[in-house]
Amino acid sequence: MNTFAAPLIDYSALGPILIVVVAALVSVLIEALVPRGARRFLQVILTFGSLVTAFVWLISIRNTRVITGDGAVAIDGPGLVMQGTILLLAIFGAMLVSERSLDSMGDSFAPRASALPGSVDERELAARGHTQTEIWTLYLFAVTGMLLFVVANDLLIMFVALEIMSLPLYLMVGMARRRRLLSQEAALKYFVLGAFASAFFIFGAALVYGYTGTISLPEISESISATTGETGLILIGLAMLLVGLFFKVGAVPFHQWTPDVYQGAPTPITGFMGAAVKVAAFGALMRLLYVGFSGMQWDWEIIIWIVAILSMVVGSLIAITQSDIKRMLAYSAVAQSGFILVGVAASTAAGIAAVMFYLIAYGFVTIGAFAVISMVRDSSGEATHLSKWAGLGKKSPMVAAVFSIFMLSLAGIPLTSGFVIKFSVFAAAIEAGATWLVLVAVGASVIAAFFYVRVIVVMFFSDPTENTATVAIPSAFTTIALAAGATITVVLGIIPAPLIDLVSNAGIFIR
Amino acid sequence: MTVMPVEGVLSLIWLLIALPLAGAVILLFTGRQSNKWGPYLGVLTVVSSAVLGILMLIAMLDLPVEDRTITQVAYQWVFAGQFTVDVAFQLDQLSLVFVLLITIVGSLIHIYSLGYMAHDPDKRKFFGYLNLFVAAMLLLVLANNYLLLYVGWEGVGLASYLLIGFYQAKKSAAAAAKKAFIINRVGDVGLSLAIMLMFVTFGSVTFSDVFGSATNASEGTLTALGLLLLLAAAGKSAQFPLQAWLLDAMEGPTPVSALIHAATMVTAGVYLIARSNVIYNNAEIAATAVIVVALITIYMGAVIASAKDDIKKSLAGSTMSQIGYMMLAVGLGPIGYVFAIFHLLTHGVFKAGLFLGAGSVMHGMNDEVNMRRYGALRTVMVITFITFMAGYLAIIGIPPFSGFWSKDEIVHAAFERNVFIGTATVLAAGITGFYMTRMVAMTFFGKKRWEPDVHPHESPKIMTIPLIILAIGSTLLGMALLFWGNIESWLEPVVGYESQPTPLPTSAYIVITLVVVIIGAIIGWITYARREVPIVAPRGNWLTRAARKDLYGDAVNHAIVVAPTNYAARSLVWFDSRIVDGFVNGSAAVVGGLSGRLRRTQSGFIRSYALSMVGGAVLVIVALVLVRI
Repeated sequence: MNTFAAPLIDYSALGPILIVVVAALVSVLIEALVPRGARRFLQVILTFGSLVTAFVWLISIRNTRVITGDGAVAIDGPGLVMQGTILLLAIFGAMLVSERSLDSMGDSFAPRASALPGSVDERELAARGHTQTEIWTLYLFAVTGMLLFVVANDLLIMFVALEIMSLPLYLMVGMARRRRLLSQEAALKYFVLGAFASAFFIFGAALVYGYTGTISLPEISESISATTGETGLILIGLAMLLVGLFFKVGAVPFHQWTPDVYQGAPTPITGFMGAAVKVAAFGALMRLLYVGFSGMQWDWEIIIWIVAILSMVVGSLIAITQSDIKRMLAYSAVAQSGFILVGVAASTAAGIAAVMFYLIAYGFVTIGAFAVISMVRDSSGEATHLSKWAGLGKKSPMVAAVFSIFMLSLAGIPLTSGFVIKFSVFAAAIEAGATWLVLVAVGASVIAAFFYVRVIVVMFFSDPTENTATVAIPSAFTTIALAAGATITVVLGIIPAPLIDLVSNAGIFIR
Repeated sequence: MTVMPVEGVLSLIWLLIALPLAGAVILLFTGRQSNKWGPYLGVLTVVSSAVLGILMLIAMLDLPVEDRTITQVAYQWVFAGQFTVDVAFQLDQLSLVFVLLITIVGSLIHIYSLGYMAHDPDKRKFFGYLNLFVAAMLLLVLANNYLLLYVGWEGVGLASYLLIGFYQAKKSAAAAAKKAFIINRVGDVGLSLAIMLMFVTFGSVTFSDVFGSATNASEGTLTALGLLLLLAAAGKSAQFPLQAWLLDAMEGPTPVSALIHAATMVTAGVYLIARSNVIYNNAEIAATAVIVVALITIYMGAVIASAKDDIKKSLAGSTMSQIGYMMLAVGLGPIGYVFAIFHLLTHGVFKAGLFLGAGSVMHGMNDEVNMRRYGALRTVMVITFITFMAGYLAIIGIPPFSGFWSKDEIVHAAFERNVFIGTATVLAAGITGFYMTRMVAMTFFGKKRWEPDVHPHESPKIMTIPLIILAIGSTLLGMALLFWGNIESWLEPVVGYESQPTPLPTSAYIVITLVVVIIGAIIGWITYARREVPIVAPRGNWLTRAARKDLYGDAVNHAIVVAPTNYAARSLVWFDSRIVDGFVNGSAAVVGGLSGRLRRTQSGFIRSYALSMVGGAVLVIVALVLVRI
């Protein structure tokens, strides 16, 4: 083969990804060329402008169903729904990142990541009001990676997207302004373990290539159904790919980074990551299983069951004894991954729709909940210990009520989105015949309800002490994100039908 | 059914309800700032509704008979699959007479309350509840389907509960309110079951659909419907066996007793059965059950009224008995419906007058209710006495007072059915003569038996004027409705009317009834006016003693309902705290322990995290390979 034919690329279908990646590159240039004083302003404009534009573009191409880039990228219904979700969550996440009113020292990020924690250097920078605008560049690259992750149609593109998404996240996790040692430790742990997981993923990809001779998901599927005989290679390959993705969604037993990272990361980043990474990773996981390995459903189904059960049960159990609210929500995220896996195991059109619905509703609850956490403060910064939330319902009834909505939604109480999503995931699983799995899931929900409701009890049924935190008054950024999160949570709980129709009409993954 | 487009005043049906409802909302939600003007607003809304009702009557008289049923849909209320219910109103001859009764008597009682409740610190709340009651009662009679009627039904129950317990600091009032509410729930279950059965049978709960296809349903279904509706009616109208709450309900302020527990709400059961006449016409057994219940209640009420020394409770017994007459009339079928409504109207007026009169007496006697502490009040309270006498003559049925005409028609209709029922009604009329004479004699005649510090006086004008108007109504309403209003032909299109021959000429029954009533009255007079009335009640015979205890209604309820329920509740509490809680607490302890153990796996060391991942990877691979094998 001597001639090289340039692949056909549908630039319109890739529009959202291209807009964000171009914005990320421009953002690098801003850091390099624009004077310090103007950077933040430009970066905020650029971030919101590009994310909103990408979202509008996405709406305009909503009926596109195409495989482009020589089979590397599949723009289909579920892919577009998840890209849209990631963009919306990124917009609201960026609002939390932009917040500067809550902390008297400025935004949530260290003045300069390279300064040693507690050093003179750092104190001087803080005193000068130095801020680190590179966070926006990293943020946009992470979003780029997520957008690509959910539409990646071959294993290499998927790996590249995974890394584009993950590397900026590792950095952002380490950039907290307060408790920097904790933050840096979390970043390092996340990075080392993430690299470990990525190694599993790429090794799995190599094994699969060895067995099938291709990295394209549809071709892998064809090859699996065409090949008979020795299967050890493909089984181990699939297992390793799954390990890489299970790590990203924080499923047991690949979850142990979650509490440390959720706790150490700057709260806006925790919210963004908790919401958007989950969407991206589950999008990739579903595409991998449904497109690439649909012929091996009998094999991977049982893995999904085991990991789902482990995640739900272990996540819910450990969350019970957590006293730090960010760690508690981290274990809650683990348990929620288990619930979502119940929907993944259904592997029907209804299951895909239920999982997407779950991811959307859960994403907004997560952003909202971390928005509240970023507002509840005492003199040392965010007051994340539960004992400091005692009596918050009497001191700040509105904020406590909104947080209660999020907790009730996570617990799956009717009239919140949490009930509808759990119901639709469980219903899809029962239709697919996994009734016993749903029974376990319901049992885990009962355990999980305990620690969600406990927060409400602490806030409303105990009296404030002198240790009780106060709620800082946020700027419009956090207020809008919080209001949007609460509104969506309640509205989806009462009239879920329009969104259910939307995700159901998105159809299935194309191949 | 075609919905006629209507214009003018008849298109304002919703406003009838909206006015008092707005009053209730304003009074109950504005709080103390409306204390000053609130009661007047409360009166104004009801009077406006009354004026509107009268204008509607005038407008309806202009319409040809076949166009007098007006239906208006406000909006679609329930839409669940095949089940749709509108908030829709139906104004016809039957509901219009109820509208007039509720709003006009309601207006008079509201005005009277301005005086009666003048010194009560919570009178704003009182008027708010009264307005709420009027709105709910109007909704009840104006609904065009059973589900909306049920809303009104529950609404009047709520208002009744709130008003019986109005003096909530009094334990007995609070208990009476609860008792009324709980006993009414029993009847409400009947109504809700009836509505469900209707939907299952007819696929709709609107009056027109249910009645239009009633003949298609089996007789068994119709009998079940009739009995369920009778249960509902018995609850609301204090008929046997759900009568026990009405006597206790007299704990409420007297205007409440007059409006809710005499004139309007307690007649809702009669309305329900008259409205559902098509069902009862096709369900012989249910109609007979209505008659049996009615006869039992007529006598229970009369006996209780004869024995009570509390003037309000005696009147309450009388109300039970008189509603029994109405129920009997509706049970008789097409020969009785119109007269049931006729008696309901006249009774609504004269009983309201009697209650307000009793209230006026209490007002002047430091809230004394014991008739053995009254006596010789005719000279001190002239207006009250005269108006009370008008009500007295009306209720015992002396011509030309209104009760004579309506009760006479029921007695006559009863004889049209058979002699036994007819005779029973005549004898009960005699007991009515006895207990009402007893009440009048003990209150207004005889010697003064007042407490030493009591100085009776006539009530203020704001109270006596409503009394006078009601007395005029007690005197003339019967004749007006019968001769000028032509009540049979007015109601006939809605409830039907037919007449049957009787063995004796009509005048004979009139004479027999009058003679029996006068005998009863004379016995009452001899016993209570000619002889000294002891201040401490004598022991009395067994019947008196039983009647003083409400004929053991509470004891029966306690034995067959309360005691078993308490026992069941206690057993369940035991089960809950020992078995269920034990299980729950035990499992919570297990979960907590597990959580503590699992937590230790989170060591914080990155090497152990990585090890766990390797373990997980091995698990995944092994599981995959094992499945293949």
